[in-house]
Amino acid sequence: MRTSTPAPKAAEPGPQGPPRRPGRSAGRPGRPGGPGGPGGGVLGSAGLYAATCLAAFLFLVPFYLIVRNALSTDPEITGEEWTFFPSKIQWGNITEPFDDPTVDFARSLWNSAVVGVLHTVGTLLVCSLAGYGLARIPYRHADKVFYAVLGTLMVPTAVTFVPSFVLVSSLGWVDSYRGLIVPGLFSGFTCFLFRQYFLGFPRELEEAARVDGLGYWGAYWRVVVPNSLNFFAAIATITFISGWNSFLWPLVIGQDPSAWTVQVALSSYMTNQTVNFHLIFMATAISILPLVCVFLFLQRWLVQGIAQTGIKG
Amino acid sequence: MSTTPARDAARPAPAEGSPRPRRPLRTGSTFAFWLFTGPFLLGLLIFVYVPILWSAWLSFFEARFTVTPSEFTGFENYRVMLTDEQFMGSLGTFTVFAALIVPTTWALSLALALAVNRLRFMRAFFRSVFFLPTAVSYVAASLVWKMSLFNGVRFGLANTVLGVFGVDDTAWLADPNPPWYWLVIVTVRLWLQAGFYMILFLAALQNIPRELYEAAAIDGARPGWQTFRYITLPQLRATSAAVVLLLLVAAYQAFDEFFNLLSKTTWGRPPLVELYYKALGDNQDYGAGSAGALILTLLICLVTLLQGRFMGFGRGEDAR
Repeated sequence: MRTSTPAPKAAEPGPQGPPRRPGRSAGRPGRPGGPGGPGGGVLGSAGLYAATCLAAFLFLVPFYLIVRNALSTDPEITGEEWTFFPSKIQWGNITEPFDDPTVDFARSLWNSAVVGVLHTVGTLLVCSLAGYGLARIPYRHADKVFYAVLGTLMVPTAVTFVPSFVLVSSLGWVDSYRGLIVPGLFSGFTCFLFRQYFLGFPRELEEAARVDGLGYWGAYWRVVVPNSLNFFAAIATITFISGWNSFLWPLVIGQDPSAWTVQVALSSYMTNQTVNFHLIFMATAISILPLVCVFLFLQRWLVQGIAQTGIKG
Repeated sequence: MSTTPARDAARPAPAEGSPRPRRPLRTGSTFAFWLFTGPFLLGLLIFVYVPILWSAWLSFFEARFTVTPSEFTGFENYRVMLTDEQFMGSLGTFTVFAALIVPTTWALSLALALAVNRLRFMRAFFRSVFFLPTAVSYVAASLVWKMSLFNGVRFGLANTVLGVFGVDDTAWLADPNPPWYWLVIVTVRLWLQAGFYMILFLAALQNIPRELYEAAAIDGARPGWQTFRYITLPQLRATSAAVVLLLLVAAYQAFDEFFNLLSKTTWGRPPLVELYYKALGDNQDYGAGSAGALILTLLICLVTLLQGRFMGFGRGEDAR
């Protein structure tokens, strides 16, 4: 991009003769940021940083709004003049969602925690076992079974929420943890991811376990799982996030407020008659906090998981 | 798909070329197979296959307020749904939404990935900032967008900023003319999912062999647009195709932000919201709802297959 300040490394001519445009940077091979060619130059780099900072600023604005509104008084939020930050931070707002008589926020948080944890544990258990079976255990009809699993990938679960609700309600599972958790455990996609992962698992480790007299079951729990914890952590993180954040299914199942998850509770704030801005935003902040912590502390696994497996949700 | 180079290296070459070292207990393996896959398959049968078949059955019956109907009506439910203005309109809403959200997310996440990939300082910081919104639920983000960012009154941030330039307050969501609600809907999803796809593009960018850029430099390709157009973009083709398909399927299933942002309006209802009101709303019409769900399922299968044909992205295995 900038021709005036070529990168020093690019000064070397290529082996096929002199560079055609001596003044041009050749894109710094070997730098970590190599591909795409930074175009070198202080100005290009400054422009890149300026644009990235602007984008980062815009990405952070919603977080700023949540924090600002959560710690302000309502007159400050709804005032004619924009207040950038509350004149006095209202720490007392933190308890308000829990004292609100119209929505049982504490209960909804607890429901979300139970659902999130059990959803994650159950999905991991059921799908990893199936993935291992499909990847490693020889069986005559294994490929047919695998196609039956693949077939479900074509049908997104969200589209089938009506039939699923029909089934769950006839089982009498509406407004229950069972109804919230069990139907979501059998993810064809997660099973598929585990199968792909186990296909690449080093076979000689299992062979060694077999020599030591372990069957498939023993080898799986004593050798395969302990050596796959990174992958399990990645899938667990993604599964927990999607479980905590899911809305449509809990909305359908949670007919009674006692079975609401935190997402359904948040949604109900938006349609309430009276609007308490600081309360609503404090509740939002509290509902996001666990996941932001998960993100900040488990980001390594998360990024690795997403990059490795493609996608979830 | 999941065979990263690192894992390939860890995997031993198949010993003496035998396809399957299946020495150990051949008799026990059938039992072991069902022991491992049984619980999952049983659940899949009960909670995926049975509902689909049941609703296929329901869709041929008059089924209001009941899931065990007796009055067979043939294709009546399908006829009702396919001539229902709201249901067909929801497909139109989806089309507009997909046309807006797929290209913008694709472009933004690719741009972010290119930028972050070129940074030399604070790369992890910026990556985290762009990735962080993925932690936020659609409901929470919709709440922020509706109540604060795009609130229709003066104290909404968008109106405050525009007010500095003397623009009158805009009712972002409450008025379909002009359709400003699309701006709100598209930006909220853009904010939520761009970072996620950025991660996918980043992984793909780092897999592009460096030699390609070196060779291009030797051939006189200018860094910047030329290398991007003739090397980076073609190398990202598989990832791009996968991302577009994922975006399309995700857009098809859009529910949360439409439901929350446009809760009391009659415009801007995508298929799932329409289905929600039809099947679980006031008149609990499971027959018509099931017919609608099956129509949507068929459509999405069709789109997936067609796209697989055109973009060479069949099953997930080819995604990388």
